[in-house]
Amino acid sequence: MTGTTQRAASDWLDTAGDLTYRCIRCGFCLPACPTYGQTLLEPESPRGRIALVRAAYEGMLSLSDVAPHLDLCIGCRACETACPAGVPYGAILEQARAAVERQVARPWPERLVRAVGIGRILGSPRWLRLGGWLLWAYQATGLQRVVRATGLLQRLWPSLGRLEAVLPPVPAPWRKAGSRGAGTRTGVPRRGRVAFFLGCVQEMALADVSRAAIRVLEAAGFEVVVPQGQGCCGAVHAHAGQLEQAVRQARRNIEAFERVQADYVVNIAGGCGAQLKEYPKLLAHVRDGDRGRDPERQRWLERARRFAERVRDFSELLADAPLPPMGRLEGVVTYQDSCHLRHVQRVVEPPRRLLRRIPGLTYVELPEADRCCGAGGIYNLTQPEMSEQVLDRKMAHVRATGATILAVANTPCHLQLLVGARKSGLDRQGLRVRHIAELLDEAIARGRVSGD
Amino acid sequence: MSKSAPLDERILEELRQIVGPDGVVIDPAERAVYGYDATPGHRGRPDAVVFPTSTEQVREVVALAARERVPVIPRGSGTNLSGGTVPVSGGIVLALTRMNRILEIDEANLTATVEPGVITSQLHRAVEQRGLFYPPDPGSQAISTIGGNLAENAGGLRGLKYGVTGDYVMGLQVVLASGQLIETGGKNVKDVAGYDLTRLFVGSEGTLGVITRATLKLLPLPEHRRVALAIFSQLEAAARAVSAIIAAHIIPATLEFLDRGTVEAVEDYAHVGLPAGAEAVLLLAQDGPREAVDREIERMAEICRREGAGEVHVAASDAEGDRLMAARRYALSALARRRPTTILEDATVPRSRLAEMVRAIQAAAERHRVEVCTFGHAGDGNLHPTCLTDERDREEMARVEAAFEEIFEAAVRLGGTITGEHGVGLAKREYLPWRLSPATLDVMRAVKQALDPQGILNPGKIFAEQGRRRRVVHAA
Repeated sequence: MTGTTQRAASDWLDTAGDLTYRCIRCGFCLPACPTYGQTLLEPESPRGRIALVRAAYEGMLSLSDVAPHLDLCIGCRACETACPAGVPYGAILEQARAAVERQVARPWPERLVRAVGIGRILGSPRWLRLGGWLLWAYQATGLQRVVRATGLLQRLWPSLGRLEAVLPPVPAPWRKAGSRGAGTRTGVPRRGRVAFFLGCVQEMALADVSRAAIRVLEAAGFEVVVPQGQGCCGAVHAHAGQLEQAVRQARRNIEAFERVQADYVVNIAGGCGAQLKEYPKLLAHVRDGDRGRDPERQRWLERARRFAERVRDFSELLADAPLPPMGRLEGVVTYQDSCHLRHVQRVVEPPRRLLRRIPGLTYVELPEADRCCGAGGIYNLTQPEMSEQVLDRKMAHVRATGATILAVANTPCHLQLLVGARKSGLDRQGLRVRHIAELLDEAIARGRVSGD
Repeated sequence: MSKSAPLDERILEELRQIVGPDGVVIDPAERAVYGYDATPGHRGRPDAVVFPTSTEQVREVVALAARERVPVIPRGSGTNLSGGTVPVSGGIVLALTRMNRILEIDEANLTATVEPGVITSQLHRAVEQRGLFYPPDPGSQAISTIGGNLAENAGGLRGLKYGVTGDYVMGLQVVLASGQLIETGGKNVKDVAGYDLTRLFVGSEGTLGVITRATLKLLPLPEHRRVALAIFSQLEAAARAVSAIIAAHIIPATLEFLDRGTVEAVEDYAHVGLPAGAEAVLLLAQDGPREAVDREIERMAEICRREGAGEVHVAASDAEGDRLMAARRYALSALARRRPTTILEDATVPRSRLAEMVRAIQAAAERHRVEVCTFGHAGDGNLHPTCLTDERDREEMARVEAAFEEIFEAAVRLGGTITGEHGVGLAKREYLPWRLSPATLDVMRAVKQALDPQGILNPGKIFAEQGRRRRVVHAA
């Protein structure tokens, strides 16, 4: 290990360690934590993890002792909502993970996934595009059928296999999301110009949801543009301790969105939205990479603030906006909060208000809706066992509501709950997992048909 | 942290035989996080953490520890505020969180029988679903365990009218330091056969035995409850109002006091509409039959106005009442936003001396130039002067120490005590002789000696080591 790496790791640890002193160990976070709820073990609680980071900072434990417990954290940040003392757990976790990333040697398959999967593919728009093509080709050529028939993936990497099994058909990659020159539909007042954030996994695996969201925004009178050059929000990198990469992503996105001059930056994934809104924090506490170039750092911070001010979740923008007449959707709908929408962005009511506005649907509150579903970005791939335990509990609650539609507001939750519906058998009993945008799009389309 | 050597592999193997391999934890990181509780400045490190799932396993673990002379520190969720679960001499932390079953709710006898790891608020919910009521209500009820409540004899927000945890314990199953199992009390409302050993184990802070089961008394759920907030521009007036309410022969379910600093910190976190700038706020609640509740809330409001409350606000709905009560529970943690270290104390006086005690706290804070916010259970005289400080600043910590000494001197001088509900643990052990006579202390030591002659159960707690200087504040 080089001296620079050591120094960077201890820089991150210093920042994290300093914040841990704000925890008074009152334990109010414990009931909010999904991994503590499953294990009843202190090291798998926010209070425990903060104590572990502090012990590493004080030199009483090594980072490699602490790493497994940081790895098991889903990063849902429900503990921050529960914490009366205002401890910034998310920042402690990310910076401690960055220190771990620099200093702790991991087994090579894990290193490969982290470097190539997270760092390379999600980090680059070009690679993402290629990924989209490959995924489309995988489905279009029939390779998917072969893989599914042989059950090969299920054996090699079961958690990935389960995800693959619920993957909806990917639209052809040449059908790009974009403005259709709308916002000018007759009879609909112009409400502003929206720059739409696509996201990485969303655009690869659930691209149709973005198309639906854009149609709804246009129907509500917004002019929608999709900025070129945007990429992953960087949340996956930040959560995995790749903070420098997260910073690069942030700067790239800020530049891309500055070029289009919109009133709002709208996204449909709670996790991405939280990351976009936290760009100023990310760029404020970045340490290495721009050492000694403070004026530039200051300029970036300003740009990040201006960007973050305009970021809105889809539901925030539309909850109370006039919408065109909607047709009826029959059924009982329940809603699973996106952790980062609820606990980081603190957007709780708007998605519920939107769902209640859809005619024909009966809204039922999901017990423990504020508790994580276990997706946590790519947590379901890195910690499949805990992820499944948390998911099983979630699906039991969904079953109890008797819902026929499970509404979601975040990409990883969407995929995770598709897996959950399959695994629990609820899909065969008619449960559909849909993003709020898709439900609105469907209702608006039906309104149009019946209105003609 | 203590420099204790890890346990002998032979002992670990026996422990694994008893509780299964996943019930024994020796990884350094995992041990480290069982070395603290919610008390600032105290840390230790156990040699092993053991998770029993049955009384029989507890019995075998304690018997093994007795044979090998290894300390055993029983622990629940670790929310206690006296250092009572810190393993200062290493040994085995006996984590009882997996013994978390509600074994029975007996509606005919109005009792609940539970294992020690049951979370207090879970018990509340379970009995309230059946129209029953378990009154003990510590601030940390959302995560504290019944076992911990019993060991510390926890109080809480309903203590004034309903008393503390100990007032609701009818029977216990206890594993003694020898590994023997005994049962005390039971479901009989009246039972005076022999010494009251139930009361002996309640509040014994894990030093006399390990509670493995408890039979608790339940009440019918009160028909109605109302919450009100009285706002004062003078501290004195608020304290006078407390005395006047009690003197008017009203026993409210809750009568809580929050000073200006606390009100501001809580409002900052909870946004429940507490008034900024008020010198003091009283949070009042009454429960019982509807007419009685309405009448008494009105009378209390009247008394508050007469004593100088600028405004009295009665909560319009149950939900609003719940929000106000919840906000009070956040007081300690919300205060922690202001400075890096928050040291909460537990000074208690007879309720007629409340105003004097509040003045004494303010005087001590001013004299020693430290920031102290005070809140607490005014109705039962139990105050929590809370110092906002930074444990890394040694000079300031010395002043904090001096201020707390003065606060405790004042409490004892006013006929009060050094702890109303948190227990002695590590944090108060040097102060215990201020409250108890040498003869009383001798009796307590004799009891400890009789029940735990080897001193394996939660060593270092309650009794100060000979020749040590008293202090509340311990350097980390």
